[in-house]
Amino acid sequence: MTTRTRGALRTAAFLSPWLVGFGLFFAYPLAATAYFSLTHYDGFRQPVFNGLENWSYVLTDYPAFWPAMGNTLWLVVVMVSCRVVFGLGVGLLVTRIKRGAGVFRTLFYLPYLAPPVAATLAFVFLLNPGTGPVNSLLEGAGLPAPGWFNDPDWSKPALTALAVWGVGDLMVIFMAALLDVPRERYEAAELDGASAWQRLRYVTLPAISPVVLFAVVTGVIQAMQYYTQPLVAGKVASGAIGGSGRQFRPGYPEDSTLTLPQLVHDLGFQRFDYGSACVVALVLFALSMVFAALLMRRGGPLGAGG
Amino acid sequence: MAPRKRLLHWIAVHALGVAAALFFVLPFVFVGLTSLMSDEQALTRDLVPDTWEWGNYAAVFRVEGFALWWRNTLLYAGLGTVLTVVSSVPVAYALARFRFRGRRLVLMLVVAMMMLPPQVVVIPMYLFWAKQLDLSGSLWPLIVPMAFGDAFSIFLLRQFLLTIPDEYLDAARVDGCGELRTLLRVVLPMARPGVAAVALFQFFYAWNDYFGPQIYASENPAAWTLSYGLESFKGAHHTDWNLTMAATVLVMAPVVVVFFFAQKAFVEGVTLTGVKG
Repeated sequence: MTTRTRGALRTAAFLSPWLVGFGLFFAYPLAATAYFSLTHYDGFRQPVFNGLENWSYVLTDYPAFWPAMGNTLWLVVVMVSCRVVFGLGVGLLVTRIKRGAGVFRTLFYLPYLAPPVAATLAFVFLLNPGTGPVNSLLEGAGLPAPGWFNDPDWSKPALTALAVWGVGDLMVIFMAALLDVPRERYEAAELDGASAWQRLRYVTLPAISPVVLFAVVTGVIQAMQYYTQPLVAGKVASGAIGGSGRQFRPGYPEDSTLTLPQLVHDLGFQRFDYGSACVVALVLFALSMVFAALLMRRGGPLGAGG
Repeated sequence: MAPRKRLLHWIAVHALGVAAALFFVLPFVFVGLTSLMSDEQALTRDLVPDTWEWGNYAAVFRVEGFALWWRNTLLYAGLGTVLTVVSSVPVAYALARFRFRGRRLVLMLVVAMMMLPPQVVVIPMYLFWAKQLDLSGSLWPLIVPMAFGDAFSIFLLRQFLLTIPDEYLDAARVDGCGELRTLLRVVLPMARPGVAAVALFQFFYAWNDYFGPQIYASENPAAWTLSYGLESFKGAHHTDWNLTMAATVLVMAPVVVVFFFAQKAFVEGVTLTGVKG
């Protein structure tokens, strides 16, 4: 055996778990999803080719598709910006705190670790319009008390509050970037008489801009894939009983918490319209990959250089 | 003037810090307080319990299934984590150290898989596990794939292995170690923090997973995990907010405890996934 064949065999051996996983859990199901999207398929009878029928159904007749796209756009614009701005703010704050910095950092980080179902349940309780502590405090202060997860105008802001509460991941990433900005630049700016705002605008932000871009792009991907929190919030706030065999029309209240992944579940596992579910899955796939490609560009944050 | 300005700045920063800390901590406090209220008081707007009902936590464990969900969650998270680490380390090592054609392509596919939401491929996957292998109603369709490398773990481990200087590997080779021996004897001991971070992330992923158990285990309550069972807790067991919040605390607590013991590895991991040095 030549050294080259030996090298190739060695590489293949080390990669083998991934090669099998790639074929079985990525390439095959992706191809099958594309094929099913062109068929009428209920999981019992064989799939029957029906051209673009599912595509036209999902894009024009399925009433939940466009509300889900609209909600996703809302989440991308509002939730992602709130998380990035707040994460950066908390990161700046933590790098300036002198006393008990470690304690503050831990406290700020903890909510990020709360399991999503548990955190969502906690927020549905905290924000429940009847007896929730938040509305008690708001009313006590003479402020209006919204219906949060039970009001279509307030359900996405409530989800945003939940997402901002768990901003610890961004805080850590921003903190690391902020500590990497060379001190001399701040000192030079200070000598030039730059105000605190000018130092942030002209020294800090340009230095950490790749990290801000990373936070925004991963935030957009997460917003498109947002599933557990809106679904659980809708189920619990509406009083629907979860569990086996029970149907739940996602989006409570009034489609305001619908997102694309929930449609895959609803079409596939509640209506057994696998063909249409695969159409939504492919839309989700295309959107995710566009933004993943942004991250993977040469020189991008996850660029596979070197 | 300058020292006074510095003092004001110090006060402003720390006051803001305390305000932010309240925002992050108060939800936990309210959840904890409500979990200790009596059934009647949980229906009121009170914030602090009149009588502290520690028995609520025992009551949660008496709810049918709760103890079983604990066991299932530990099995899914524990076994899944071990399988993920064992299968991902060699792949990450090859991607970090071997020169071969198609390496860039493999790396790009790994990142693509990392960004892929599970819903995209769930329909063929469900049909495969349920119809071909008759394994629905259990957690095996979630555990078995972890024996074939996890994209996120591979990516994170590779980033970590890149930080190990070549000299150590060259030295091992000069001593006549093969690649596998080098990996096990030289690289793994040095990569312990990276492996710890991956193990933690994977453990938390399985602990927190809701979609997976919903697809494969929902038909069989005996196979539910904590994250999945918790959602149905309030409605299905006719319990009020006090017991629901006690259950919520019991699902959050292990994650918090693990975090306190492994804080350093965790934060290192988050930073590592962020942006390459």
